[in-house]
Amino acid sequence: MAARVITITSGKGGVGKTTTTANLSVALGVLGQRVVAIDADIGLRNLDVLMGLENRIVYDIVDVAEGYCRLRQALIKDKHVSELYLLPAAQTRDKTAVSPEDMTRLCDQMRDDFDFILIDSPAGIERGFRNAIAPADEVLIVTTPEVAAVRDADRIIGLVEAEEKGPASLIINRVKPEMVRYGNMLNTADVVEILAIDLKGIVPEDKAIIVSTNRGVPIVLDHKAPAGLAFRNIARRLLGEEVPFLNIREMPNLIERLARFVRQG
Amino acid sequence: MASVNIKGTKNGLLVTLGEGELASILTELEERLTGTASFFKGAWVALTVGQREMSIEEIGHIKALLAQNEVSLGAVISEAPITRAAARHLGLETKRSFRPEPRPEWRTEEEFSEGVLVRCILRSGQAIRHPGHVVIIGDVNAGAEVIAGGDIIIWGRLRGTVHAGAMGDDQAAVCALDLAPTQLRIGKHIARPPEGKPRRKPVPEMAFVQEGIIIVKPWKSGH
Repeated sequence: MAARVITITSGKGGVGKTTTTANLSVALGVLGQRVVAIDADIGLRNLDVLMGLENRIVYDIVDVAEGYCRLRQALIKDKHVSELYLLPAAQTRDKTAVSPEDMTRLCDQMRDDFDFILIDSPAGIERGFRNAIAPADEVLIVTTPEVAAVRDADRIIGLVEAEEKGPASLIINRVKPEMVRYGNMLNTADVVEILAIDLKGIVPEDKAIIVSTNRGVPIVLDHKAPAGLAFRNIARRLLGEEVPFLNIREMPNLIERLARFVRQG
Repeated sequence: MASVNIKGTKNGLLVTLGEGELASILTELEERLTGTASFFKGAWVALTVGQREMSIEEIGHIKALLAQNEVSLGAVISEAPITRAAARHLGLETKRSFRPEPRPEWRTEEEFSEGVLVRCILRSGQAIRHPGHVVIIGDVNAGAEVIAGGDIIIWGRLRGTVHAGAMGDDQAAVCALDLAPTQLRIGKHIARPPEGKPRRKPVPEMAFVQEGIIIVKPWKSGH
């Protein structure tokens, strides 16, 4: 069966595209899917770091596009999951080193051998973004519950619709439980109402993400982290399972968890 | 009657220069252009000058004036052969008289009074420009733009920027089920919503110009 090509994008930088790509790739791999994660952020590559694979890179996507190596040579096998591969970005080149046609061609070459191809888009709406969405069958829009991020997500959805890439669905990342509880943040209903696309997941802000990012161990592998659970749920939804959304409002923060632990003890 | 008349047609704008001294007419044209720059941006213009005899320099001057406002002069329509020759010299199309395209009889005389119906969510960065009325079924999100020569009616939430009567019509109105624009313009008037928290329960509202200011009232039947 041919792979589904899913591009993860956002418009605004720093909302968690790369974290989402890394975690969904690993989560899908854990669920037995054959997955390739492509880093389309040429010149500012990060996906390899988040997956803990940066010291294994020999060839990259530009080498493949320019014919310096075969596609198989550039694919790096993940160290945690057996059926997961990374196609890394080049660090010393820029977005113009690859064209949207190259991206489509590369993805078509891999379609027969995998179940999912996840593409990590760079921020912005220029060439890098065009490269990333060119081969997409589906688009995941990542946003945070902030006005600026939602505005950029809206712009991106417009561009995705104009390119007739879709369907686009939404992941709301870094939702802060205590701020939602006190009504100090756009809530998820507000965001969904503005963007009017299908909601695929809500990921709580989780300090464990920073640790996992720095260590190169995606948070989905941490079975205690709320964000890891959220990403695992999104992966299951991508496979067509009905999984209820996490109730962020009731998600205990660390202190409350400790208090509960002490009480139980 | 004003000495500069600007009319929207299906193919672009028709700018008619009336009688009188060219310098004062050009000043008026410039005012009209800068006053409503957002509407004209990117438009293609046919210039109608009647029997006026114009030199290459004069037409070149108008062309530059239009270009400054991001409008491109495409054709000159004149009964004076000298003017047409000058225009051709500048690489412009010329015509002896303006003949509107033949159209079915049921159409109204002026393209201007027609409207478009758009069914979509207008997202940040997207824009609708139309010389007539614009009716949108769907939301207009923050960062989106609607510019109409006539009225703007939105069956949905208005969060973006709108300009009704963009060619100088202060009689135009803006209606929305939830009227909360970033900025609202009617003719040459500009308004923005009051600062502070948004209302809990939006009601359909209508904005129009009364005694020189934009006012907003609930949008009910009979208004």
